[in-house]
Amino acid sequence: MFFELFFQYLVAGLTYGTIYAIVGIGFNIIYNTTGIINFAQGEFVMLGGMTAVTLYGFLPLPLAVIGAVLITMVMGGLIEMVFIRWLVKPTVLRMIIITIGISILIREGALLVWGEGVRSLPYFTGNEISALSLGGVRLSPQVLWSIGVCMVIVLFLNLFFKHTMLGREMRACAANRDAAALCGIPTKNMITLSFVLSAGIGALAGCVVSPITYTQYSIGSGLAIKGFTVAILGGLGNSMAAVAAGFILGILESFSIWVLPTAYKDAISIAILLAMLFIRPSGLFGNKEAMRLKDF
Amino acid sequence: MALLEVKNISKRFGGLQAVKDVSFSVREGSIKAVIGPNGAGKTTLFNLLSGFLLPDSGAIVYKGRPIHAKSPHEIAQQGLSRTFQHIRLFAHMTALENVMVGRHVRSRAGFLAGMLNLPWTWREEQEIRERALSLMEFLGIVDLADANATSLSYGQQRAVELARALAGDPAMLLLDEPAAGLNMRETADTARLISRIRDLGITVLIVEHDMSLVMQISDEVLVLSYGEKIADDAPRAVQGNPEVVRVYLGEDDA
Repeated sequence: MFFELFFQYLVAGLTYGTIYAIVGIGFNIIYNTTGIINFAQGEFVMLGGMTAVTLYGFLPLPLAVIGAVLITMVMGGLIEMVFIRWLVKPTVLRMIIITIGISILIREGALLVWGEGVRSLPYFTGNEISALSLGGVRLSPQVLWSIGVCMVIVLFLNLFFKHTMLGREMRACAANRDAAALCGIPTKNMITLSFVLSAGIGALAGCVVSPITYTQYSIGSGLAIKGFTVAILGGLGNSMAAVAAGFILGILESFSIWVLPTAYKDAISIAILLAMLFIRPSGLFGNKEAMRLKDF
Repeated sequence: MALLEVKNISKRFGGLQAVKDVSFSVREGSIKAVIGPNGAGKTTLFNLLSGFLLPDSGAIVYKGRPIHAKSPHEIAQQGLSRTFQHIRLFAHMTALENVMVGRHVRSRAGFLAGMLNLPWTWREEQEIRERALSLMEFLGIVDLADANATSLSYGQQRAVELARALAGDPAMLLLDEPAAGLNMRETADTARLISRIRDLGITVLIVEHDMSLVMQISDEVLVLSYGEKIADDAPRAVQGNPEVVRVYLGEDDA
């Protein structure tokens, strides 16, 4: 019985861990190309889930998910073009205020469009009660879907950044924007692209976890804090570390229910965030040198 | 024929007139040097030419087209490449990757094709890699291809930066103090290298403090002082120009 409970918590932790990891990766992509912490990152997850639910009203599930991801990508690009593109050397504080403002704007917009209702997509395979049995542990197939999608995203990003011209241009832009411009790289478009990419990744995550975690207009800001914690925990800018940090946070949260009241679950991540910022701001896997290269 | 023509260009920073009514031209296939005491406006001039600064007045004409209102990446795409006084390589990337990024100016793969990894982008990727490697061979740094760019020695980093600038097949290269921080032997190597680059058909405009290097390789020398042009002539004539001597050695005859 003890082990079954243990694994049940572990699986729940991994499920939440994947979504935290993906939000954390979204933070890192934008941070890497721009030095901006985009606090509207969680809203992309919400937008993806909500849009997919709406599209599912008249489209088959796979098309609804693809459509939601594409629409959110366009939204991400538009947000960058409207609010960020024209800024000349904005300060970090100004950027934080702007992205928090964007996040409030999206949330209130979503409230107008979709109302307060809690929604969810159907399970991708099977339904609520179908479960795979793994040594006595009941596992929803959707959990495998979300872990699988997270792995595919990480793999895709690695290939993209290491082995494609566009990916290399984005890394060049992150490393030195002036030098990248001199190589003929339109740096502003690279920044737009980073918003498009992280919006798409966030939206995909929002679709995949929606059957398990449900989605509502207000889930974004909570996810943004978790994702930011994960990005800091792993070391800002390091996407692989964000995955490990995401699982660590998810599992810690999940097991905290064992010893603490459920209401304290969110306090765990805030406590970790504060502790990391005080004790080791470069993250578990980051090195201090890498931090110093950035704007702050 | 003049590849680059600068007409009455001026730039002011608040109370400082950094570049004042400067005109000159650079012949295709030549090496032209810009010299002058510290604060003469050399780096400002380079920043104007490469599009990082907008001139207050005047025009910059490259290949018969005005470029002074264009952004740095557009100017780079037109084949006007530059290096920096303080090396700016892409950290967390190998030397080869740095050079490959320089080649991207010439790549045809569009946004969507790049995202989707279409087969012919892989082929183009191979071409870019081979071209980058052959350039590194030319500069004698092919052994360093897989090293992390920022882990290299100062002279090696300069070579990587130069390879990156050359990778876009520029018609003209702006070199900002390529011999800064190099010892005498490395400076001599750099001089030979710049001549070889010119022999490839690339026009070179160079800012440099090392007089021996300037006098040895340049076809023409432009002298700036407090943002103004005081001489623009062959190296030997510039050396004998009393105004230039006065600017470099001070007013009083000691």
